[in-house]
Amino acid sequence: MDTNIAIKNLDLSFGAINVLQDLNLDVAKGEFLVLLGSSGCGKSTLLNCIAGLLDVTDGQIHIGGRNVTWEEPSNRGIGMVFQSYALYPQMTVEGNLSFGLKNAGVSREQITDKVAQAAKTLQIEPLLKRKPRALSGGQRQRVAIGRALVRDVEVFLFDEPLSNLDAKLRAELRVEIKQLHQTLGNTMIYVTHDQIEAMTLADRIAIMKGGKILQLDTPNQIYNRPANKYVAEFIGSPTMNFFDGTLSGTAFSCPQGDFSVEGYEFAATPSAGATLLGIRPEHILTGDQAASAQVRLLATVDLVEPLGSDTLVRCDVAGQSVWARLDGQTPIEPGADLPLGFNANLVNLFSKTSENRL
Amino acid sequence: MLYGTLLVVSLYYLLPLYVMVVTSLKGMPEIRLGNIFSPPVEVTLEPWVKAWAEACTGINCDGLSRGFWNSVQILIPSVILSIAVASVNGYALANWKFRGSELFFTILIIGAFIPYQTMLYPLVIILREIGLMGKLGGLVLVHTVFGMPILTLLFRNYFAAIPEELFKAARIDGAGFWGIYFRIMLPMSLPIFVVAIILQVTGIWNDFLFGVIYTKPDTYPMTVQLNNIVNSVQGIKEYNVNMAATLLTGLVPLIIYFVSGKLFVRGIAAGAVKG
Repeated sequence: MDTNIAIKNLDLSFGAINVLQDLNLDVAKGEFLVLLGSSGCGKSTLLNCIAGLLDVTDGQIHIGGRNVTWEEPSNRGIGMVFQSYALYPQMTVEGNLSFGLKNAGVSREQITDKVAQAAKTLQIEPLLKRKPRALSGGQRQRVAIGRALVRDVEVFLFDEPLSNLDAKLRAELRVEIKQLHQTLGNTMIYVTHDQIEAMTLADRIAIMKGGKILQLDTPNQIYNRPANKYVAEFIGSPTMNFFDGTLSGTAFSCPQGDFSVEGYEFAATPSAGATLLGIRPEHILTGDQAASAQVRLLATVDLVEPLGSDTLVRCDVAGQSVWARLDGQTPIEPGADLPLGFNANLVNLFSKTSENRL
Repeated sequence: MLYGTLLVVSLYYLLPLYVMVVTSLKGMPEIRLGNIFSPPVEVTLEPWVKAWAEACTGINCDGLSRGFWNSVQILIPSVILSIAVASVNGYALANWKFRGSELFFTILIIGAFIPYQTMLYPLVIILREIGLMGKLGGLVLVHTVFGMPILTLLFRNYFAAIPEELFKAARIDGAGFWGIYFRIMLPMSLPIFVVAIILQVTGIWNDFLFGVIYTKPDTYPMTVQLNNIVNSVQGIKEYNVNMAATLLTGLVPLIIYFVSGKLFVRGIAAGAVKG
């Protein structure tokens, strides 16, 4: 793996508050990395550190093999796209795109070439003479991406670029950003709190909490093998169901019954003790499949949320709420009895004390 | 009811102005009749001419014109200098936070609350030591310094309300301290500059205290000269000349308000509401 960005033992504190603590992160060349976390987890702060907009307290940042910890933002080979677009309101789209190049002393012909090229890539050619205020949100964000594009940077940094857009536009631009990454092949770091954006865009996702990276892995691994309870709860909607019980060998027992977890891939040698068993709503089976499942439960339907494509059902299993995702065509009413089941290969076991994956 | 109130209030405010204008257009014999509200029977511009070019202050008898030009010479450099420095101050304090910048700002703001009287004598000494006492340049310096706290506060708050991401984007685009100031911040800040200009023009033009202390008769600003004309106790009181002189002195701030009133209101609003 060809490392493009290396962050070594990064610390950042504002007075007594440590925002980032001893953070290490390697990003490969051409990789699309998403920093995901709830607000206040330090993801935007980390991005600002990489951009050079915040001075770090300790540690190093290398971009393209060069130590840029104390370089000016403009000398780091990065382009950045902000949530609020941050277009210069008094300049035309063309002025916005060429501002960085003018500052870098690029010749006039070259500026015209590069602006034209970027405008073509992003399909904003008819807008070049307009002022930002005469653009829609989606167009503005395209111009903002263009501003990074013209500068021929190695690394693109995105700070929640789609959060100000409505749902439909967000989905469109998400696809465009993915396509742009495939065409350009640049390294991209993308900050978001939206798990759908993270899952769809990322080569790898770094889930952050309290200034630390809890898990750094492919979307597939993050979804299927979350490293701890926080990650398991954060990814997936509705959130994972948990059963609180004890594990001995491959037998898990909780107030809702005794489940066999034969076939579960343990991360390490299984240890007995207080354990949380997690199962995603979409991995809960019903009907004939439930009857033949490894673990079977009898539930009473409590609440139904039809989404069209799926139906979310909240059921009561011996005093515990369990969410299940059912086919949208299943007719179901609150109060009905519903047999549920799941297989051990899709469950997640976490130690109750450390909350880490077993 | 509303209009009734407005009418009464405007009458209350306009009446003195009316009396001033009317009196300034009368000759002295007509004034002696005592009907201060009656319009002039015989309109004469002589009091205006006299106030501008002939009225005596001390040993000089060339009217307010000398004071006017002195005031202009004080006003223009003071306004430009104070606004230039304060806007850069405000920009630096809002966007380029340095260690101790908050403390620096606090100290500057405290400066706005210290009574001027306590600083008068120290300033006399400072001006004497740097050789500017009694010169127009000295008064320009004083006005620039005293305008600093309130103007810096004004500019800092305005720049602080400009989204920070714009500043970050410009840094990534390779613009430096001055590049961002001139190319990004200035073009977005016309309203606040208008507010600052109005504040400074009226404040400096109307200043009497500093003018009377830090200048000498040759370099008196218009306000000091006006006082000397109006308050002279020798001879007869020429009310018409006094009124004309007062109107002349008040003309500059008045014109500024009329010309930029709309921008002024917009600037105040822009400072309050982001965007």
